[in-house]
Amino acid sequence: MNAPLRRVGVVVMVLFGLLFANLNWVQAYKGNDYRTSPYNGRVQIDEYDRQRGYVMVSNPGSKPIALSEATKGNLKYLRSYPGGPAYAHVVGYKPVNGTATGVEQLENDFLSGTSDKLFADRLRDIFTGSHTAGGNVTLTLSKTAQDTAYKELANNKLDAKSGAVVALDPNTGAILAMASFPSFDPNPLVGHDSKATAAYKKLEGQAGNPLLNRALQETYPPASTFKVLVSAAALSANRNPDTPLQAGPGYQAPGTTHVIRNATSSTCPQEQMTLKEALTVSCNTAFARLGVDLGAQRLNDTARAFGFYDNSLRVGNLSATDRGLRVSESVLGPLTTSSGGDDKPNIAISSIGLNEVRVTPLQNAMVAAAIANDCSQMRPYLVERLVGPDLTTGLYAAAPKELRRSCSASEAAQLREMMVSVVENGTGKKAQINGYVVGGKTGTGTADEEANAGSDGWFIGFAMKDGRPVAAVAVILDDAGKGGSGEAARIAGLVMQGVIKDKGGK
Amino acid sequence: MTTPHTAPPAAAAAVPETPAVPKPSVLRLDPAARRVRRTELWLLLLAMAMVAGYLAAVEANMLDTVTMDFWYPAGVLTAVFLALHVVIRLRAPFADPVLVPTVALLNGLGVGFLRRLDLGRAKIDDRPELAIFAGDGGKQLLWTLIAVTGAMALLWFVRDHREVSKFAWTLGLAGIVLVLLPAVLPGSISEVNGAKLWIRFGSFFAIQPGEFAKLMLLAFFAYYLVRKREVLALASRRFLGIDFPRGRDLGPVIVVWAMSLLVLIFEKDLGTSLLYFGMFVVTLYIATERVSWLIIGLVLFFGGAVLAYVLAGAVGGPFTNFGQRVDIWLDPFADPYVRGWQLTQSLMGLGTGGMFGTGPGAGNPLLVPEVRNDFIFAGMGEEIGLFGLTALLALYLLVVSRGLRAALAVRDSFGKLLAGGLAFTLALQVFVIIGGVSKLIPLTGQTTPFLSAGGSSLVANWLLVALLLRISDAARTPASTGGVRR
Repeated sequence: MNAPLRRVGVVVMVLFGLLFANLNWVQAYKGNDYRTSPYNGRVQIDEYDRQRGYVMVSNPGSKPIALSEATKGNLKYLRSYPGGPAYAHVVGYKPVNGTATGVEQLENDFLSGTSDKLFADRLRDIFTGSHTAGGNVTLTLSKTAQDTAYKELANNKLDAKSGAVVALDPNTGAILAMASFPSFDPNPLVGHDSKATAAYKKLEGQAGNPLLNRALQETYPPASTFKVLVSAAALSANRNPDTPLQAGPGYQAPGTTHVIRNATSSTCPQEQMTLKEALTVSCNTAFARLGVDLGAQRLNDTARAFGFYDNSLRVGNLSATDRGLRVSESVLGPLTTSSGGDDKPNIAISSIGLNEVRVTPLQNAMVAAAIANDCSQMRPYLVERLVGPDLTTGLYAAAPKELRRSCSASEAAQLREMMVSVVENGTGKKAQINGYVVGGKTGTGTADEEANAGSDGWFIGFAMKDGRPVAAVAVILDDAGKGGSGEAARIAGLVMQGVIKDKGGK
Repeated sequence: MTTPHTAPPAAAAAVPETPAVPKPSVLRLDPAARRVRRTELWLLLLAMAMVAGYLAAVEANMLDTVTMDFWYPAGVLTAVFLALHVVIRLRAPFADPVLVPTVALLNGLGVGFLRRLDLGRAKIDDRPELAIFAGDGGKQLLWTLIAVTGAMALLWFVRDHREVSKFAWTLGLAGIVLVLLPAVLPGSISEVNGAKLWIRFGSFFAIQPGEFAKLMLLAFFAYYLVRKREVLALASRRFLGIDFPRGRDLGPVIVVWAMSLLVLIFEKDLGTSLLYFGMFVVTLYIATERVSWLIIGLVLFFGGAVLAYVLAGAVGGPFTNFGQRVDIWLDPFADPYVRGWQLTQSLMGLGTGGMFGTGPGAGNPLLVPEVRNDFIFAGMGEEIGLFGLTALLALYLLVVSRGLRAALAVRDSFGKLLAGGLAFTLALQVFVIIGGVSKLIPLTGQTTPFLSAGGSSLVANWLLVALLLRISDAARTPASTGGVRR
């Protein structure tokens, strides 16, 4: 029986040889694939093993708005957002399962510590055996302005159920405030148990869509704020603020029986008024007629010069402009007929910012910012600085970039003069700030310009000090009803005062 | 071998002739035996030092400090195995000195890894206070005590392995009953995770009778095939160029085999049925020395597997389970979260370990489902890497080769067949489960010998080792010292 026993020994050797060869395949050859596989829960555990960096606002010495604290669980660090709902759309959240949003997603590599910028720290970790925390991100947000923006949106006096605020530094494009209402508490979404998924499901199905960042992703009819762009188009067509325009109680565009009227019968019943006067009182008939006179081509060119039809704009880190928070495209809608000629009835109604004209709150703020900055429109951004885990080593600082020239400096000065008149003498008085020159434009409207009930309230504007721009802002209160634009102007004024306060009154 | 009915006494010739000495007393061993036992003792202490080192490494990684507690499990294990060593000195002084240390090392690492899993499940603050007999690791430690006691009892009371053959029919019958029992019992008592192979007493104590039936049936096969081997080998009818034995000679064996297989299909346990089949074919081959049996066995097995897979697709029914297992094996990532979950997570664990592993206690083996049972090899693989697993494979291979060596050296046919069958069964079980968790073959539920949590498996496998020790003692005892004790 020894011969078969020896052969059994050979069979055993073969079986074990197969096991050995297969383990080589699985562990050595395929090991890296499995180690980093999306099905491998250890990827998460590793990620949570390193303390994720802070997200901070630009105010020196203020507390972080996102941080990670050690727990005793399997996933070591738990993310929390002391900033709460006011910062939720900008900062986003980093859930255990699923994709991160906002800055958490945009700067994930840096916050989590895997970025090449933090290579030196990781190299040191190999020798010290410790796990250095991820890097820290400082945002452009001004704390007072941001807090004010969200607080005033949430507690608006008209009980509007949604809205958004964007405030920009016209000199740099830095986003000083970006709030969207309704918002959500990001903290339950990043828990380490199944409650996080349940919390997300609940928010997803909630009325009012709190997860949506209205400041960037929702588009609204700009209503009368669009008159600023029509004015810019007029200036580029050799008009000036004193050019007389035909006003009156009603305007019937060629080719339609539809009559465009003014918000109230007392707005501009006179036959003639200057461009500046028309903007100051927000005269619909004058601007509808002006738009038709200027034509589709000029309106389109001006709108593009101010940032319309830019579907590649991302807001985030200026060193990687292809990444960042997506911004919806702002559009004018159809202004020409199928044969290519001007569609005058549509141009007339589009010229007062209705019909199919749609803007994001950011785009409208960028219009105001460009005008405040001599028509040098700066690329908006959110990430001001990247700082090492030690909180002192600076690894990146934003270098502001011009996005486009929107008009000439003299045209910008004329537009400012007209907009200042709006705040000083016209519809935007509630935005006034003591000691500052404030310009702006209100807007009230829906798809039907005459029905004020259930309409949006807009304000876009800027504050200047000593001839230099301090802040530009856009505020929208969705479905605010009567007085919406006035409330928007009031909020805009408060937000700009917040910016001024954080800048130390300068 | 053309004359299979006479077993060549090759082993006997290899043993050096020594002058006749008085029968060794309890205290005064034969010098040759003393050398052998001293080797065993040192190897055993080395193995226990490695287990202690493993436990210390686990604590260092999981508690960030090494508490003095890490000695306790290693100390208990050392005491138990030393007791076994003493019993071997008394009752099997010439037994193979490598078997016990090798198995003790596997067993100790298993206890250590299960304790490591307990630590992983415990809250961080509770970890340093984990009691020695707490959790799966503690239970496994207790089972080790029982299993080694069983092995000692077997060595103490069974002085000659041939005594086993006296009870062959009883064992065969008992084996069948044990295999049958869980299938007959209601599922509430016998079913765990869809496989009906348990007998549960109360809520926490359960045995897997199949583990013991394996040994009993093998003893019966060995006895029966030895009795009938000449008939089986000579009195045959030639058909298609292959010699087939007469039906009436093979009848009882076929009955045992078919019954156990049938029952196992009803118990939904493919792994065990494969194990029985392999065990049966190989003992038959060793007994008859006919390669034709191996060929018939392999053809039957692979033919059956392919047929079952085809039937799973066409008919479903009792074959569905098998079909699913093959599908998962072919592509575990087709349904990675439900059906493929166990296997994909096993691969993730193995892959994460890579060449060197994360270090004991530094990985996340609890992410692998059933990591304390079927998937313990994958769980360990994450932490000890390819190098560590290769070492474990080498340990198994060492045990198997020592078993086969005992089979080669022992003089009687029953011993040869029993030792050969036991060694091969162990090897096959290791192949089936480790091949299964590493996606070499379709996964079938099996315990990993000496590592997996579970008392039945541990007790049965230690009895297997005791039998190998007994046979190797008979094989290595010089003829002049009385040869095989009678």
